[in-house]
Amino acid sequence: MDAGIRAKVSISHPGFLLDVDLHLPGSGVTALLGPSGAGKTLLLRTLAGLERARGSYVAVNGEVWQDDAAAVFIPTHRRALGYVFQEASLFPHLDVRGNLEYGMRRAGVTAAGLLPVATQLGIEGLLERRPHNLSGGERQRVAIARALLLQPQLLLLDEPLASLDIARREEILPYLERLHDALRVPCVYVTHMPEEAIRLADHLVLLDRGKVAASGPLQETLARLDLPPPFAADAATVIEATPVAFDAADHLTELRFSGGPLFVARRVEPAQGKVRCRIVARDVSITLQRQTDTSILNIFPAVVADLADTASAAQVLVRLDCGGTPLLAQLTRRSCHALGLTRGKSVWVQVKAVAVIR
Amino acid sequence: MLSAEDLAALWLTLQLAVLVTLVLLVIGSPIAWWLARTRSAWKRPIAAIVALPLVLPPTVLGFYLLVAMGPSGPVGALTQATGLGLLPFTFAGLVVASVIYSMPFVVQPLQAAFAAVGERPLEVAATLRATPLDRFFSVAAPMAMPGFVTAAVLGFAHTVGEFGVVLMIGGNIPGQTRTVSVLIYDQVQALQTTHAHWLAGILLLFSFVVLLGIYTFGPARKMA
Repeated sequence: MDAGIRAKVSISHPGFLLDVDLHLPGSGVTALLGPSGAGKTLLLRTLAGLERARGSYVAVNGEVWQDDAAAVFIPTHRRALGYVFQEASLFPHLDVRGNLEYGMRRAGVTAAGLLPVATQLGIEGLLERRPHNLSGGERQRVAIARALLLQPQLLLLDEPLASLDIARREEILPYLERLHDALRVPCVYVTHMPEEAIRLADHLVLLDRGKVAASGPLQETLARLDLPPPFAADAATVIEATPVAFDAADHLTELRFSGGPLFVARRVEPAQGKVRCRIVARDVSITLQRQTDTSILNIFPAVVADLADTASAAQVLVRLDCGGTPLLAQLTRRSCHALGLTRGKSVWVQVKAVAVIR
Repeated sequence: MLSAEDLAALWLTLQLAVLVTLVLLVIGSPIAWWLARTRSAWKRPIAAIVALPLVLPPTVLGFYLLVAMGPSGPVGALTQATGLGLLPFTFAGLVVASVIYSMPFVVQPLQAAFAAVGERPLEVAATLRATPLDRFFSVAAPMAMPGFVTAAVLGFAHTVGEFGVVLMIGGNIPGQTRTVSVLIYDQVQALQTTHAHWLAGILLLFSFVVLLGIYTFGPARKMA
């Protein structure tokens, strides 16, 4: 039995090629991130069996869904999956309850499960409504609940927020984050928005023109120096930190991560547990000595792990190791030479801005 | 007012139209479903054959049906071999001819309705564990319901109004194949214009009500 998701897919259309061989973890959220036209949706549809690419292999937690070498193809309706489509996809001839029960009945799930999930997604008051009487955000929450109620082995989400405006997205993201914490079901989440991927994913797959540019745990993958241009342009890393104390006088929360303390200008309750912070490589600078007469609050020691050129001849990207957590810094080539940065050198890191994203 | 002869013709026409509509919904649905979704090279030829009665003079269609169902035609040979006898100049023959003649009026609205439903709701249903047949009955058919109503009404109305094919296939046998439209023709030929007025008026009113009903119905529902 092979835990996790295996997808070996090769599709060749005139002018487009999708050729991937992925091993994804059998738990947590995997984000498929890439610009439009990268083949993300096509890959997701192949996982679901909505698209049939000859010569592919798809297995989920040891169960083979497609193996063309052995003439195995399980049709979509017999795959234990849940699928949330990009645009609203509720049945117009059924009310919310009818939509939710449609899949439950066919999947043999008892009706008792409906209310807890509906409550979790905040739609318990909408059960008798028709889809055309719901807002875009409500519809998408119903669609997510409908997929969850199938008790799937794999949850596939195709840009579920793309058709919504920013306010609606912010309305749904907290639900998705909570699901992420509560669910054991592995999710594959397709998006072209790095912010969504960083907020939700544990595992990141970067897809570019039909090929996998990188695949791995979120932090490590973001800290790679060899990413292709669409991903390298706005290099940023994610660190996980634990809130320690809130200073009401200065309105600063002290967080702690493997590299040391970190201050953020907003209130984070310790009860919230670990938070995710995003640090943009341009906001990170390096000194050889610890600076004391500076306005920057976030200063901690690190070791230079690696250096790489960027698309700009003037800039270099430096990967730092902060007590085990990778961090990227974008410096000018001149500064890099002036400081004599090489692999293994101990330095001090100064971070100008830390964004708590979750 | 209406004579016994008139009432018999009305009753026969009603029976014919109801039966033909039911048969057409049953065999027209899969044809429309296939036409709406196939990418086969056969789509255009089949669609053209289904649409033929729209442009063919009813007498031409009736002529070919008469030949095919006659004693030396292929259909006639088949019905005789199976003990059904010959179809021309019988009610059954009228039903078969009417089904073919009214086919496009049922298939085309259904095809349009199925096309309007689109692929996505069926994909959604598949991810919700619905088998292909289940998807048709639980998603495609309810979403295409306005198309079914339009198809049934048009198929019914068109069968009520047919004349040429009935005359060719049915002859003019009272109580068996003499429909209202044929009877009106006979009455006018015999200068019984009062009777013809009554029947023609009934058909006129019927046609108007049918069309009004169709225009009042909205288009197929979209996914929300």
